[in-house]
This record gives sequence, C-alpha cells and structure tokens, in this order.
Amino acid sequence: MSTSWPLWEVFVRGKRGLNHVHVGSLHAPDAEMALRNARDVYTRRNEGVSIWVVPAASITASSPDEKDPFFAPSGDKVYRHPTFYAIPEDVPHL
Amino acid sequence: MSFDNAYESLLGHEDAHWAFGTGFSEPLSGVNREFPAGVDRDALAAYCLMLGDDALIFSQRLSEWCSRAPELEEDIALANIALDLLGQARMLLTRAGEVLGKDEDALAYLRDEREFRNVHLAEIDCGPGPGGDFGTTIARLLVFSSWRLALFSRLRGSADPVLAAVAEKGLKELAYHRDHAAQWTVRLGDGTDESHRRMQAGLERVWPFVDELFATHPVEAALTGVAVDPASLRSEVDGVLTAVLSAAGLTRPADTKAARVAGMAGRDGVHTEAMGYLLAEMQHLHRSLPGAVW
Amino acid sequence: MADDLELRFERTVQAEARIEPRDWMPDGYRKTLIRQIAQHAHSEIIGMQPEGNWISRAPSLRRKAILLAKVQDEAGHGLYLYSATETLGADREDLTTKLIEGRQKYSSIFNYPTLTFADVGVIGWLVDGAAICNQVPLCRTSYGPYARAMIRICKEESFHQRQGYELLMTMMRGTQQQRDMVQDSVNRWWWPALMMFGPPDAESTNTEQSMAWRIKRDTNDELRQKFVNMSVPQAEALGVTFPDPDLKWNPERGQYDFGSPDWDEFWQVVKGGGVCNQQRIAHRRKAHEDGAWVREAAAAHAAKQAVSKEGAA
Repeated sequence: MSTSWPLWEVFVRGKRGLNHVHVGSLHAPDAEMALRNARDVYTRRNEGVSIWVVPAASITASSPDEKDPFFAPSGDKVYRHPTFYAIPEDVPHL
Repeated sequence: MSFDNAYESLLGHEDAHWAFGTGFSEPLSGVNREFPAGVDRDALAAYCLMLGDDALIFSQRLSEWCSRAPELEEDIALANIALDLLGQARMLLTRAGEVLGKDEDALAYLRDEREFRNVHLAEIDCGPGPGGDFGTTIARLLVFSSWRLALFSRLRGSADPVLAAVAEKGLKELAYHRDHAAQWTVRLGDGTDESHRRMQAGLERVWPFVDELFATHPVEAALTGVAVDPASLRSEVDGVLTAVLSAAGLTRPADTKAARVAGMAGRDGVHTEAMGYLLAEMQHLHRSLPGAVW
Repeated sequence: MADDLELRFERTVQAEARIEPRDWMPDGYRKTLIRQIAQHAHSEIIGMQPEGNWISRAPSLRRKAILLAKVQDEAGHGLYLYSATETLGADREDLTTKLIEGRQKYSSIFNYPTLTFADVGVIGWLVDGAAICNQVPLCRTSYGPYARAMIRICKEESFHQRQGYELLMTMMRGTQQQRDMVQDSVNRWWWPALMMFGPPDAESTNTEQSMAWRIKRDTNDELRQKFVNMSVPQAEALGVTFPDPDLKWNPERGQYDFGSPDWDEFWQVVKGGGVCNQQRIAHRRKAHEDGAWVREAAAAHAAKQAVSKEGAA
C-alpha cells in the first residue's frame, strides 16, 4: 500500500462576490482532510472563506502551447500550481 | 497585531494569530474587564489559572510535534491547535494576573510545580516522546477538546465578562480541534490493523486521566454563576466520545481511573512526574536571566 | 520541430514572460529547476529545526507564540515549494526520500547549532535577511509557479526578519547579559550568513546557464555585497558589530569592503561535516518514518471509503 497521499488543487473564494481562485495544492488522503488541510494551509482558518478542493488527477485541461510529449501520459494537470491569492500590501520592511 | 496583547484576539481580528506583530502597542482596552459584583476574586483567579494552565501545558505538549508530524499538512494543523490553546492560556493567565498583580509571564514562568492547576491529562507525555505516538496524541486531543468544548459552551454564560468572552472565542477553536481529533480517530481506527491497534492503545493510555476532568473542585463549587461545574459535563462528553469511538470501530476503554494522591490531583497542584521536567524546560531560560526583557 | 519549440521557449524567457507548467521546456531547465526548488523546499523544512529547538524554552508567552507561528510558516513554505516541483513532474515523497538519503542538499546554514535564544533573533535578522536578498529576485524568475510561490514566501519572510530584529532590539535594551548574548550570537552567525550566497562567482558552476534562463537573476557576489551594504547600518542601529576587521566603507566603490568567509569551513559543512548535519537529517528521517503508519492508515481508510461508495452507487 502506498503511503503517499494524492495531490489536491485548492480554490478559495476570499469574500462574497468574488470567484474562487486557484491558490495552490496540497496532499491529503481524502476530500474531507483535503478541505481541513486547505483551511489550515491556505486560508489560515479565516472564517467566511469558501474553499473548493479538487483531485488534481480529475482536472481536464486544454493547453494551446502544449507540444511536449512529456505530459501526455500523465494527463492534464493544468492547475499544477499556486497562483497565490492577494496578500495585504502593508507589509513592513526593515 | 496579535502577539502583543493577550486579549487582542477577543477584538475580532480574524487573522490574529498569523500576522507578526509589527506595532508594539500597549495592551488594548476593548474587552470589558470589570469584576462582577460579589464575586470572590481570589477564587476567580484560581479558576482562571485552572483553565489557563490546562491550555498552556497542553499547548506546550502539542508544540513538541512541530517538525515531527506525519506529514507537512498535519504539522501545520497541530501547530494551529497549539497556537489556539496558547492564545487561550494567555488570556486566562492575564485575567488571573489582574487579581494577583502579576502578568502572564510571571504566572507561566515563575510559579513552581505545586502552584500549577492543570489536569494531569494536559501534562502527560503522549508522544512524540516515548510516552506515546500520533495515535495517543489524537486520543488525548479528542478527550481534551470534547471536554473543553462542552465546558466553554457553558462558560459563555459566565458572570465574569472576560471568561464569557474567552469562552465565546474559544468555542470555535475547540470545535475545530474536536473535529480534527474525531476525523483522525475514525481514520486511524478504521485504517490498518496497525493504526487500529495504536489508536486503541492511545485511548487506553489516556483513559485513566479522564475521570479527573469531571471532578468538582471547591473553587468551582464556590464560584456559582461564574464557573462551570465539570461534573455537569459528563454525560454530554460521554455521548460525544461514544459516538466517535463507535464510528471508528474502537472499543471504549474500561472506566479505570488514576488514584488521587492523598486525595489530591492536578487542580490541587499535585502532578505526575512528567510535570517537573516539562516546567524545567519551559521555565529555565526565563528564570536564568532575572530582570531580562523579552 | 524541436528547434521551433526551443526558439519559442527562448523568446518567452527573453521577453520576461513566464514559462508555465505545460509549456515545452528544455530538459536541463526542468532538471535545474527541480533541483533548485527542491533544495529550497528542503531548506525550509530542515530550517524548522534550529528555531524549533527553542519553542519549548521561549522566555515569554508572546515570544513562544511568535516562534511557533514562524516555524509553522516554514512548514507552509516548504509545502508551497514542493508543490512547485510537482508542477514539473516531481513528487514530494520521492524528494523527501532523496533528502533523508542525503542525495539532495539543503541550505548549509541550518547545520549550525542554535545555542541561545538570541540565535532566534539573529536567524530572523541575518539568515532570513540573506534569504530575502536571495529570494526577492526569484519573484521574477522565469518559471511561473516558482515565481508565484516566492512572492508569497517573501512577504512572510519579511515579517520573520522584522520579528527577529525586534527581538534583538528588545534584548539590547535589556540586561548586559542579554546584550552579550546578542553580540555572541552575531559573531557566530555573520560568516555563515555570508556563505548563504554560495561560493564566489569565479568558482560557481551553475550561475551562467541559470542566469540565461532567468532562473537566477543576480550573481552570488552581487547579492552578497548587497546584503553587507544593507546589514551594516542595521547593526549600527542595533549596537552590535560584525566580526570582520576588514569591514569598512569604500567611498570610491560606494559600497562596503569586507573580508572573505572561511570557504574551507563552508565546503566542510556542505559535505556533511557541520555540527548538526547528521542530527538534522536523522530528525527529518525519524519524523517521516514514524509517520508512515499514519499516512498509510489514512490512505487505507480513503480506499475503503471509495470502495463502499462505489458499492452503494
């Protein structure tokens, strides 16, 4: 039995009125744990945030620029990466 | 932001325990801190220490998992829980300190073992040390958070405005902790033979310390309307534990209970041998440099 | 055909546009990125240990909370970075195995021991500060997922640096013993911090190609100089000195001159001979191995649930 958990893509709606946005990925054994982990990792348990988790393997994607056979067998892992959501601008500098 | 003032998280800054404090402001006064009329302040302080020490000592134990969890995601989750409890401890010690004329650090670092009021369940080693493993840790978290959640849901009605506010805020956190523990209990109970065996062993390890959670202490008995009588929580907590264990296919351990020591236990400042080492580690630096500022 | 792809890749990079996961990329680019990002991820994860060493002993509850949250952030950073490698076809489990088998490296700085609580502050100030110098340019690196991960990480790192410096300022206002503790810590971390930028350009093997691919944006020596220029005034404001007799302002260059780190020590630590190399890896290995039964149990439960759901459907 493999001990490594599948990859999930995480989408967060930061507040009402906005779309869910892809924020990154994580590993979890199942959907319920993926949601919990997403709350901990990506939203820091901010209340009122809506989260979707999707098994990375379930995403089908088009890719206009794709010419590389490298990914062909592994399917369409389009959302393979964090497009991290907005970060407060008042970040201090030394 | 959040680390600077023990009460700050009561003010509704949702991202409180994340952003690092940048302004180092004076303690805020947004929380009503008046003492209710007629309440025995020494008893109130003692009660705040009980609940505060439970959180502080358990947080200290949980943070031992940092960099040692089974997976990165779980490392982050356990640290979140430890941070929540540390936040609760800081508020409760600060409240006790308002009566005792001490700050949170004087209470955390300069009391001796006999002055700590936490229950034994909070202090025993349940892993990652030799006293347990992840299963034992989850068993303790399940029992502790189920009990504390029931306690806090009643404490919201406390006549002391700070206790009521701490309970209100803590409720959401504890519900999350309990759910986390329950999710894992089910997965470990059901997962593999090994995980089932370890989870059952974890329950057996913590069960003798369950009874103490429901023993009414004279301080609690004296604070009518302010404190919650833990004896009143028993059936609710039992119900929760039974439901989770049954969903997990685990056996509820026999109700053996650890004997008291000459009639005393954690609430009286009489602890297990593990406590001295825990405090030695936690307090040594603070005590080594008297007069230092941190 | 292959030439077309390569041309398009080169043009994208030259135009400062981002390469995205499913774009064609040269094998060397992919391999270099996986190696670099994995090394960075490993550094975050191993980097939890030296500071984590002080969580249980933090001298105030506020410092305990800050430190725990900071070390937790590092787990998060490691996680984002492992995710970035997974967009390139790598696998976290496999990378972890390579780390604990010593087949992939992490930043050597974490093989130095944390001996006092001042080290927590100095790591925030100098080590995180050096990391920021290294990482800010990577927010514009050519590989999109890596650049995006770095943007988030840099924001958080700047909090880390600030809390480290604030701890040191507080300690410097404290007792003489505390001030001595800070200076001692600076003495131990200054040179290792300078080594974080890697060997001098003349000896650095990967720089040229990485610069052309926009994976790397500045040379080791440029970044090191920048870090020194930035740190000296901060040290003066703090009231500490750096243990370098050659450190002085050069008005002609408009920069600080400074001495050379002990590169023999650097290579010795890189090759596994640091005070903590074995301990750090053993710690990570133990956590990973002790957690195997938990990961396995959760996977087994998920598999059973999936079967019973299928049966019900």
